[in-house]
Amino acid sequence: MAKRIDVSGLSAYYGSFRAIEDISMTVEPRTVTAFIGPSGCGKSTFLRTLNRMHEVTSGGRVEGKVMLDDENLYGPGVDPVAVRREVGMVFQRPNPFPTMSVFENVAAGLKLNGSYKKSELADIVEKSLKGANLWNEVKDRLNKPGSGLSGGQQQRLCIARAIAVEPKVLLMDEPCSALDPISTLAIEDLIGELKERFTIVIVTHNMQQAARVSDRTAFFNLAAVGQPGKLIEIDDTERIFSNPSVQATEDYISGRFG
Amino acid sequence: MDTSTEITDTPPPAPQPSVEQKRAARGATRPGDRIFLGLSRGSGIFLLVIMAAIAVFLTYRASLAISKDHGNFLTTFDWNTSIQPPSFGIAVLAYGTVISSIIAMVLAVPVAVAIALFLTHYAPRRLRGPIAYVIDLLAAVPSIVYGLWGALILVPHMNGLFGWLNDYLGWTGLFSWDQGAPRSMLTVGILLAIMILPIITNVSREVFRQVPQMHEEAALALGATRWEVIRMAVIPFGRSGVISASMLGLGRALGETMAVATVLSPDFLIHGSLLNPGGGTFAQNIASKFGEADEFGRDALIASGLVLFVITLLVNGAARMIIARRAEYSGANA
Repeated sequence: MAKRIDVSGLSAYYGSFRAIEDISMTVEPRTVTAFIGPSGCGKSTFLRTLNRMHEVTSGGRVEGKVMLDDENLYGPGVDPVAVRREVGMVFQRPNPFPTMSVFENVAAGLKLNGSYKKSELADIVEKSLKGANLWNEVKDRLNKPGSGLSGGQQQRLCIARAIAVEPKVLLMDEPCSALDPISTLAIEDLIGELKERFTIVIVTHNMQQAARVSDRTAFFNLAAVGQPGKLIEIDDTERIFSNPSVQATEDYISGRFG
Repeated sequence: MDTSTEITDTPPPAPQPSVEQKRAARGATRPGDRIFLGLSRGSGIFLLVIMAAIAVFLTYRASLAISKDHGNFLTTFDWNTSIQPPSFGIAVLAYGTVISSIIAMVLAVPVAVAIALFLTHYAPRRLRGPIAYVIDLLAAVPSIVYGLWGALILVPHMNGLFGWLNDYLGWTGLFSWDQGAPRSMLTVGILLAIMILPIITNVSREVFRQVPQMHEEAALALGATRWEVIRMAVIPFGRSGVISASMLGLGRALGETMAVATVLSPDFLIHGSLLNPGGGTFAQNIASKFGEADEFGRDALIASGLVLFVITLLVNGAARMIIARRAEYSGANA
């Protein structure tokens, strides 16, 4: 089931460079939260701290607390591998495994978690592909390579792969920036359906997209290049786009900078 | 240009296109392009000509010898070219070449892949460069040096291993040992494994380094451990590259001459055990007999060289087929 994310005092570093500073926010279960802000403001870095992917980068280091309901993801003895099984992720560029078929791609995460009977596996794969609105397009080519699908289909395949393991939270890092408008629309519709089951956080450069899909919007900014990124404000999407409480947010949204 | 204006501008009958226009249509107008095209095409053709010339030479000289062979060229366990009538066959050489190369591959490929994975995914960044450099050095050692090292160091130290294999695996027949000098196929295979290790390691390392970050992150984000990332994303992506790397190593093992000739104590029998001395390989047999062979003896040796040539071609063809069979799943589609 979807879980609440509660971040407090979080900073992330690349070596000695502090990329984001002192971020605190709460993300309610079964909502969509969009992160917007200019390039380099640290919104992707912050997203990657939520499933402990940031520390995969060499020199990557995190300070602060991320609570997933009652569990601190950065608590002592917490296995990052276990965290990533609870917090799924979809990337900017569709990245199905090129050496696997459509079916194997969706089943990839399940095979890590344990052994399933063939029929069970087939059921979960079908359910996940249906959940990603991809089933009708691929049901006749489950054994064909995943890399043979179109870009938009590949991205939905990646979403199916992520939701197949029933994560509590789904992180999306600019999932539509490599896609055409029609594929983008398909993904946006899908996000609307997925939030019934998951807590969703999405990074986007497209402000219309943030306005269309999200319930809450967080605006990030940085004072200057080389300075750490900061959370400027987070509020209901409607309020952010109509009457934000900080001037910088309004300037960014109305296109006066960034 | 608009078609209608072209028609009005061009008086009938249409003039022949000038040389410049023809060149423009082909697209190769700059001298640099033409020179490069000529050079690259010429190199390609030159390579094919060399291959064909080798094949023709080998086939011609081999046919001279095989037509006078009184034994069966494929099955005779002997190599008598100076007696009348001559009787010689490649059975022992083919067996020895293939078996020593198989031993070398079985030992070298897993170790090489493990080293390559260690260098790309486990070793601390500071150590990667130096270790790779040392492995490169290993590839630069001349094969005669390997041969001397094998004969002087490796052979005397094999007794312990051979005794152990005989004690525990002797019942299979494959590892029984009559206490002879360990100048046998297994020793040759181990030496060849060391010799082909660097090339397989280096090529595999390059292949594993090419695995896109996004595939490894995809596996990580699903909750894969480091080993599971390697199993899901790295090894499948590098599979065809590792096969190619192994083929390069196998090519060297099949054709290795001096190291084998220095270590092996050859005879013309197929020994059921890998530990008992004897046997031979194509390259070793040619090297040890060529000096004192007469004209006919040399033709016979060339005939055996032709068989090695064919075996190498077949092995490479098989590897190509394995790679092509799963081409649509290859990492190149990423």
